[in-house]
Amino acid sequence: MDDWRHGGFGLYLHWPFCTSKCPYCDFNSHVAAQVDQTRWQHAYLAEIDRIAEETDDRVLNTVFFGGGTPSLMDPDLVAAILDRIGARWRRANDFEVTLEANPGSVEAGRFRAYGAAGVNRLSMGVQALNDRDLKRLGRMHSVAEARRAFDIARDTFGRVSFDLIYARQDQALDDWRRELTEALSMAVDHFSLYQLTVEEGTVFGARAAAGHLKGLPDEDRASDMYLITQEICEAAGLPAYEISNHARPGSESRHNLIYWRYGDYAGIGPGAHGRLTSPAGRWATEAPRGPEEWLQRVETAGNGETPRELLSSSDQATEYLLMGMRLSEGIVLGRWQALRGADIPADRITGLIDLGLLWHSEGRIGATSTGRPVLNALLRELLA
Amino acid sequence: MTELAQIRNFSIVAHIDHGKSTLADRLIQSTGTVADRDMKAQLLDSMDIERERGITIKANTVRIDYKAKDGKSYVLNLIDTPGHVDFGYEVSRSMRAVEGSLLVVDASQGVEAQTLANVYQAIDANHEIVPVLNKIDLPAAEPEQVKAQIEDVIGLDASEAIPISAKSGLGIPDVLEAIVTRLPAPKGDRNAPLKAMLVDSWYDAYLGVVVMIRVMDGVIRKGDRIKMMQTGALYGVDRLAVLKPKMTDIAELGPGEIGVFTASIKQVRDTRVGDTITHERKGCETALPGFKPSQPVVFCGLFPVDAADFEALRDAIEKLALNDASFSTEMETSAALGFGFRMGFLGLLHLEVVRDRLEREYDLDLITTAPSVVFKLHMKDGEVRDLHNPADMPDLTYVDHIEEPRIKATIMVPDDYLGDVLKLCQDRRGIQMDLTYAGNRAMVVYDLPLAEVVFDFYDRLKSVTKGYASFDYQMMGYREDWLVKMSILVNDEPVDALSIMVHRDRAEARGRVMVEKLKELIPRHMFKIPIQAAIGGRVIARETLSAMRKDVTAKCYGGDATRKRKLLDKQKAGKKKMRQFGKVEIPQEAFINALKMDG
Ligand SMILES: Nc1nc2c(ncn2[C@@H]2O[C@H](COP(=O)(O)OP(=O)(O)O)[C@@H](O)[C@H]2O)c(=O)[nH]1
Ligand SMILES: C[S@@+](CC[C@H](N)C(=O)[O-])C[C@H]1O[C@@H](n2cnc3c(N)ncnc32)[C@H](O)[C@@H]1O
Ligand code: SF4
Ligand SMILES: [Mg+2]
Repeated sequence: MDDWRHGGFGLYLHWPFCTSKCPYCDFNSHVAAQVDQTRWQHAYLAEIDRIAEETDDRVLNTVFFGGGTPSLMDPDLVAAILDRIGARWRRANDFEVTLEANPGSVEAGRFRAYGAAGVNRLSMGVQALNDRDLKRLGRMHSVAEARRAFDIARDTFGRVSFDLIYARQDQALDDWRRELTEALSMAVDHFSLYQLTVEEGTVFGARAAAGHLKGLPDEDRASDMYLITQEICEAAGLPAYEISNHARPGSESRHNLIYWRYGDYAGIGPGAHGRLTSPAGRWATEAPRGPEEWLQRVETAGNGETPRELLSSSDQATEYLLMGMRLSEGIVLGRWQALRGADIPADRITGLIDLGLLWHSEGRIGATSTGRPVLNALLRELLA
Repeated sequence: MTELAQIRNFSIVAHIDHGKSTLADRLIQSTGTVADRDMKAQLLDSMDIERERGITIKANTVRIDYKAKDGKSYVLNLIDTPGHVDFGYEVSRSMRAVEGSLLVVDASQGVEAQTLANVYQAIDANHEIVPVLNKIDLPAAEPEQVKAQIEDVIGLDASEAIPISAKSGLGIPDVLEAIVTRLPAPKGDRNAPLKAMLVDSWYDAYLGVVVMIRVMDGVIRKGDRIKMMQTGALYGVDRLAVLKPKMTDIAELGPGEIGVFTASIKQVRDTRVGDTITHERKGCETALPGFKPSQPVVFCGLFPVDAADFEALRDAIEKLALNDASFSTEMETSAALGFGFRMGFLGLLHLEVVRDRLEREYDLDLITTAPSVVFKLHMKDGEVRDLHNPADMPDLTYVDHIEEPRIKATIMVPDDYLGDVLKLCQDRRGIQMDLTYAGNRAMVVYDLPLAEVVFDFYDRLKSVTKGYASFDYQMMGYREDWLVKMSILVNDEPVDALSIMVHRDRAEARGRVMVEKLKELIPRHMFKIPIQAAIGGRVIARETLSAMRKDVTAKCYGGDATRKRKLLDKQKAGKKKMRQFGKVEIPQEAFINALKMDG
């Protein structure tokens, strides 16, 4: 069996525009005065056709509109894309279509139309539940707006999720505990809780480098915040199934699970990445990050990708481990062994088990609750 | 050939930055020795490191043709001497080759520690000395006060000191005239057998070893068969030249003259500074007194960061040794750092210069271990052993007592900072020998253990005096003290490269600082790590580095697995800069930074 079938097959579409750039964000997002959505539609559809040529014998499990701010897309554009997808692939019975949305009132006005187009899961960037922190994060919406948008989303979509960023400036452990409890009362069956990461090349990054980003938690407090988050969510029935993602069992993001279980996924749009298996082997695909550059490439070369890279099996083994160890379910050692052609040395595994960072059971290994906050170190050790 | 009466040989002595190199440039330029278009600043400092740091490391020479006011033409030979204490011994040797000195003092700064150290060497060499007050263009210049200082502190007549600005060129003609009229001409006998002093030698990639000489008696010509009297080696002179400062061939060199020759000599180690050069046949009877070879006083281990670079390091050291006979080297194996070399240097600057050159010119990444001095171990059986490396310290039951090298340190400092300087010296186990005042500056003389000075004494001195103190030292011999080896244990295992010799009374304090420093320097691991300082089996200080608590990427970046792989590779590359010790990784800079006592 091809290795990717352990994870399934999904399609990612990147919409690279936002109404403003958030100071912490290093995603591939751009602010544009106007966007010619018809031109984008042509490009997306052409790319869908191109990918379908090589994969239309497969069953498609998921579609994900990510960004940027996909809730700025014309509902007609979303509908055209989903129609074309429906025409090109057989879809799984539990076919999942997620769209990332910002919780502004204008966006909320389009929710119903997205639902009609075929979106069945919405992921909202709420980010914080108090207005002071929303401002500091440079967000354009208020808590009240977010709540209204969220209510509309709940009425419209079968499944809704939202994102929060914590470990913010001047956020005490108790502040977060309170906010998280409030979030849990809103949560339906899934949410993502990300610790604020200060990234190079962002406004926050520059401020931090200049010593002006004060009040961020130190390692110990950040760790404590992470630990109470795990405890509180678990007690509420939404345990972490991934480092930063929580769900009632069965309500996980099926699309993201494809990444983490190292399945195949096509990436369409500026800066999108893909992993696609062909008879030649497994390809890593990538597209240029610049929106205009990507459009022109599609329009002139008929292919938005930069040249593909064929992944060696040991690269695949590494990627499987890097992605899979983020999941609470961990990885299957046999699958890693088959890719790598060798076992992870037993003493390395027992060493990490002795330190209480790793579990090993029924052919799988995974990070324990102590191991998860230091996952990078654990991965370095496993792959030393 | 030049008549003795038409020759003047001199050097310039000065504290660092008082303008020695600038003055040399002006002398070269104003006499047309180098055309203006070829002139670059600090002409005689040819190494990158010399130019960057503004210090002269190698002695250098230049021959200047000068037409004096008396209408006659003179040959002026300037030997530029190193300006740093580490190379003080070399300075004293070069001075034996000339008859006079220009004493350059920055008129806005006054006499400093190196002014003193260097001028005493000139006096020892029986030089005629012409005081020169530089930088009189500066508003802060106080020529009269500095004159008084030269008379009070050094005891030289400064009434005819020459005020100049080496920068603008003001007063340069007066300096040239004074060289001719106030410095003595050399003496020598043209008809006596050849007797020349080997002043210096260096390696040139094209020419091989170049030997600088000062002829005392007789004449040397191209093609001559010559003999080095100390080593007994015989050579034929391939090329004879003077430096202007470009090498310019010359038919012969007679008494009083300074020049260079090549003779198919392979490495600098084959030549001995101070050796006497004569003809193979009909040579002179008695050699010049010669010099003791300089002794390395500071030792440290140098290890390649990447163990695979060991051979490259060995090659690089061999190449450097071609040109620098003053460092010593032997192989060293460390449990912590693998294979490397234990190297001995004339001082800390010398150490830095050599390490810098190894890293830069040979593109090596090196780990430097704590500098250590040479201790003398008096064993119970009467044997006396040199200890170059604390890691080699034998079992104490065999050792009767230990001696350490002491220095006489001279520090000049403005009154305001005197208290801080005294405290620093006291903290470093110093014994005050003298304290005098000259104007608003104090001159303190301390007897200090070299071990307390080699590491960061000079940095500390600079920082407590905001850079206003100057410092110079000379070796004074060995003295017994209560010295012990302190080991550092990381995760319960001794790290040999971190062990040091300390005075027993200071061991607790040093140990505490070291373990605290290491706690900062070693990154957190997935487990907690005890860090201890111990003497023998007794722990005298301990810290615990708590386990890493957070290192995880929060966001997922969708399907960008490539990014994750790159991050991992980056982290692995970072790991390469660490040394694995047992289960613990220690960053390379920790080996030296752990020893900094403060700041
Ligand atoms: N204002 C002024 N600066 C000078 C003079 N002579 C040298 N300098 C500066 O003093 C600094 C040190 O000079 P340098 O010749 O390198 O000193 P050395 O360390 O004794 O060789 C340099 O920045 C020179 O430009 C002078 O006559 N006037
Ligand atoms: C692709 S982003 C953006 C989705 C949408 N544009 C929004 O901002 O709501 C997905 C999520 O990553 C999280 N995120 C973005 N930058 C982050 C950062 N620097 N640190 C932590 N989380 C971040 C936010 O919670 C965000 O909702
Ligand atoms: S966080 Fe979301 S809205 Fe803000 S710039 Fe990034 S992608 Fe756009
Ligand atoms: Mg100089």
